[in-house]
Amino acid sequence: MSIATTTPAGRMASLARAELTLLGRNKGALVAGLFVPLVLPLSVRSAAEEMDLAKAGLTPGELVLPAAVGFSLLFAVYSTLVGVYVVRREELVLKRLRTGELRDAEILSGAALPAVLTGLLQCLLLIAGCAVLLDLSAPSAPHLAVLGLLLGVVMSAALAAATASWTRTGESAQVTPMPLMFASMLGSGMFVPLELFPDRLASVCELLPLTPVVTLVRGGWTGGLSAGDALGALAVALAWTAVAVFAVRRRFRWEPRR
Amino acid sequence: METNGLEHVIEVTGLRRVYGGGFEAVRGVDFTVRRGEIFALLGTNGAGKTSTVELLEGLAPPAGGQVRVLGHDPYTERAAVRHRTGVMLQEGGFPSELTVAETARMWAGSVSGARPEREVLAMVGLGSRTDVRVKQLSGGQRRRLDLALALLGDPEVLFLDEPTTGLDAEGRRDTWELVSALRDSGTTVLLTTHYLEEAENLADRLAIMHEGRIAVTGTPAEVTANEPSRITFDLPDGYHLGDLPPLGPMGVGDHTVDGRTVRLGTRDLQRSATELLLWARDAGVELGRLDVRSASLEEAFLTIAKDASAPEDNGVTTEEYAA
Repeated sequence: MSIATTTPAGRMASLARAELTLLGRNKGALVAGLFVPLVLPLSVRSAAEEMDLAKAGLTPGELVLPAAVGFSLLFAVYSTLVGVYVVRREELVLKRLRTGELRDAEILSGAALPAVLTGLLQCLLLIAGCAVLLDLSAPSAPHLAVLGLLLGVVMSAALAAATASWTRTGESAQVTPMPLMFASMLGSGMFVPLELFPDRLASVCELLPLTPVVTLVRGGWTGGLSAGDALGALAVALAWTAVAVFAVRRRFRWEPRR
Repeated sequence: METNGLEHVIEVTGLRRVYGGGFEAVRGVDFTVRRGEIFALLGTNGAGKTSTVELLEGLAPPAGGQVRVLGHDPYTERAAVRHRTGVMLQEGGFPSELTVAETARMWAGSVSGARPEREVLAMVGLGSRTDVRVKQLSGGQRRRLDLALALLGDPEVLFLDEPTTGLDAEGRRDTWELVSALRDSGTTVLLTTHYLEEAENLADRLAIMHEGRIAVTGTPAEVTANEPSRITFDLPDGYHLGDLPPLGPMGVGDHTVDGRTVRLGTRDLQRSATELLLWARDAGVELGRLDVRSASLEEAFLTIAKDASAPEDNGVTTEEYAA
């Protein structure tokens, strides 16, 4: 065939473009995804004032920025994408797309791209904001921060698809992301650094999906993360991503239950 | 590549599909579709048409048997098949907040050798609706958008699952003309429908499905050849069936009486009708609501449904036609 054959990148780009248009027309998702992650860090800032940050060896900026990244991943990427996947399934869009040349992984990735890019862009904005408002210095180990951020968006998208596998309707998609969101906000060192947790609780919380992202981003700025701790965080994030991908391959539903 | 006119573009052998709950929707189906023909799958709701077509589209693997589309397994060898097929699902799925043009553009990006979107939208009569959101389209317009997307890549094989459901009479006729024109230009079309008229008008060959199996297959003429033609009329007051001339010599095979209404089945329509009308003229009898019609798909369809649901319920049929 000499006619213009599509490529995976081209197919995903056209799907992503459509999803970006749809994101722009979804007021609820826009507020939750764009606005909330820019506002919530302010509450972390006020919580920081009541905390003995020196004990954890952190400046206010080093507490707020990783938390802000976490909010962005939870709101702009994770919960937004659960809604996208579930609503497209209900609209029978996923089923229709599967009849064409797009492969399953391309459909899920292409649909995730706008949210993923929004999340990354938002994180850059938040870094700039923290630098200006909280005197956040330049990162001591930027590669760790970049690694944490990239792992974070990929894992959040994979976890969103996994959550969508267990979510039946658009209404329940408002609820099913909540357990992970609350667990992350409380236990992943976003409001309170794990260094201030009792040891045993802290070692359990290190296994939560978002903890390695917060750890890597924070470590990227403070430069105080040992190679062993960085590898441990990496392993936890990769493990969660692998579990999510495995669950999606086994359990993702492409059409609504009848 | 093989190009002779008799090439089998779709080959289905022993096809079975079993759903999660154990329900066997397709129970051993065989048929072939030749290049450039329109093949219709007919059946009541729940007969297994859509379950069959989804296997041909490669949406799921069969529980048993084999599907070949253009010589390949559409599920395991999807890359060899997908860019050569166009699909219209029974229920199309499009994001409700996109416009018609945006939907077509999204789809065109994943179709090899896509034609200009405007051209295809105009073909299905949506040329003036390109800036309308999908949620504001009528059911019929949505069907036509779905058809447009199926046609974007100039497919060699077109799967149309109930393409005209929800269309008004004019839209239905437009779609028939479009599909016929595609066939004439060499496209192979497999469509499902529960409109018998649609199959009669469009299909080169058809299969009637019932409870997951193919009950009968052939050209429309072959399928109806086994069925009797029908004469229906009302006898005036005071006349009874016994007043008619002997039915056997008239060529009538079976008859039913419902109040004043008499229904005769015959394989020799001209002779039976002539004898009946001559009798009526000679007796000075007016036959009310007289209706004389050749064997139709409807007849074949009803026979299949009746045979399967209640084989012993023959009413007052005088003689069974062996199919």
